[in-house]
Amino acid sequence: MNWIGDNLGLIWEALREHLYLAIVPVILGLIISVPLGYVATRYSWLANPLIAFGGVLYSLPSIALFIVIPAILGTKVLATINIIVALTIYTVSLLIRNVIDGLRSVPPDVRQSAIAVGYSPLHRVITVDLPIAVPVIFTGLRVVTVANISMVSVGAVIGIGGLGELFTLGFQKDFLTPVVVGVVLSLLLALCADLILVTLQRLLTPWARVATPVGEVA
Amino acid sequence: MWQYLTDSYNWSGNEGIWARIVQHLWYTFAALGLSVVIALPIGLRIGHTRRGAFLAINLGNAARALPSLGLLMIAVLLTNQIGFLPVLIALVALGIPPILASTYAGLSGVDPATIDAARGMGMTGREILTKVEIPIALPLIISGVRSATLQIVSTATIAALVSLGGLGRYVVDGLKLRDFPQMFSGALLVALLAIVLDAIFALIGRITVSPGLNAR
Repeated sequence: MNWIGDNLGLIWEALREHLYLAIVPVILGLIISVPLGYVATRYSWLANPLIAFGGVLYSLPSIALFIVIPAILGTKVLATINIIVALTIYTVSLLIRNVIDGLRSVPPDVRQSAIAVGYSPLHRVITVDLPIAVPVIFTGLRVVTVANISMVSVGAVIGIGGLGELFTLGFQKDFLTPVVVGVVLSLLLALCADLILVTLQRLLTPWARVATPVGEVA
Repeated sequence: MWQYLTDSYNWSGNEGIWARIVQHLWYTFAALGLSVVIALPIGLRIGHTRRGAFLAINLGNAARALPSLGLLMIAVLLTNQIGFLPVLIALVALGIPPILASTYAGLSGVDPATIDAARGMGMTGREILTKVEIPIALPLIISGVRSATLQIVSTATIAALVSLGGLGRYVVDGLKLRDFPQMFSGALLVALLAIVLDAIFALIGRITVSPGLNAR
């Protein structure tokens, strides 16, 4: 317990770095996969290869990706950007399937109605298609956010790992407290992120709450 | 990197690449086997009786948030030794949740009418489980084992952090010596191993799944 009190600064710094390393890739990944998913639904022959390719990318071990990326990008092995790029790749490879499935779940008659009342394509995608796809996209977003948060700590093996650095510290000093603190904070971070996403989804889809009021036959 | 990988000297011997691959596979399959032995019966029981479903679902979700590296370090510090045992504990802890969750999901997805029909034909509970529920749930069970394998094979890399062998040695030693070609080679080999294992499981899935499930 003394250790925690004496090292609050260190713990806080690790937590801050962890959050940054986990969340930035989720945002980047979302920004990449939504347009990509849209293109894949426009040109549907693209969809299955994209999903399959994503599956292969997602099966790559994170530590391998953390190390191979600098070889491809020409960045230094011990640079933060490697973790960001690696986790962005994971995010896109998982999210692309959900974006495609979500956009496909838009009923054709809804889309036709939007076109009929004069929505421009961009306007329609943003105000009609995407909101309908939100629940499916958010399912993937939740999975990938939690996975990213746990994966960041693997970066500690190559010296950049947010809370993961507490693991290596505890291991080197043969001292359990930092490791437990790291694991607990990592779990809490994942829990909080998940709750925020659930809340965000509820805010983004207000009709989902109205759709099944008490007593209505589902 | 190619130089490292194509030098035959690096492939042979006790610390050669082949030996490391064999070690890596040994950790992977030891942990995977143990995970299956533990998770499968529990998952089948929960799925068959539908009791404890809450546990099965939430365990699967919570496990995704567990940082594998922290798990390994805790296992090392609690068992008070470095070596095979803590690695096995950490890897099994990663392998159990996906197998348990997907076995349950597979069994709970079986149409109740199908089970009723089996009971109506006079099948006992055990027969329903082995002849109806498991075959129908098999694709999901296999996909659970498959994701457990991927988790374990990539996490087995960190076994090298606690003085074990396996392909992680190249990553950890390479990092220490600033020998980046060695690191890249190790990482690449782990990725290839993961892809090969994944392909094997995809094949197993295709072969073992009852043709009745694919017929429309």
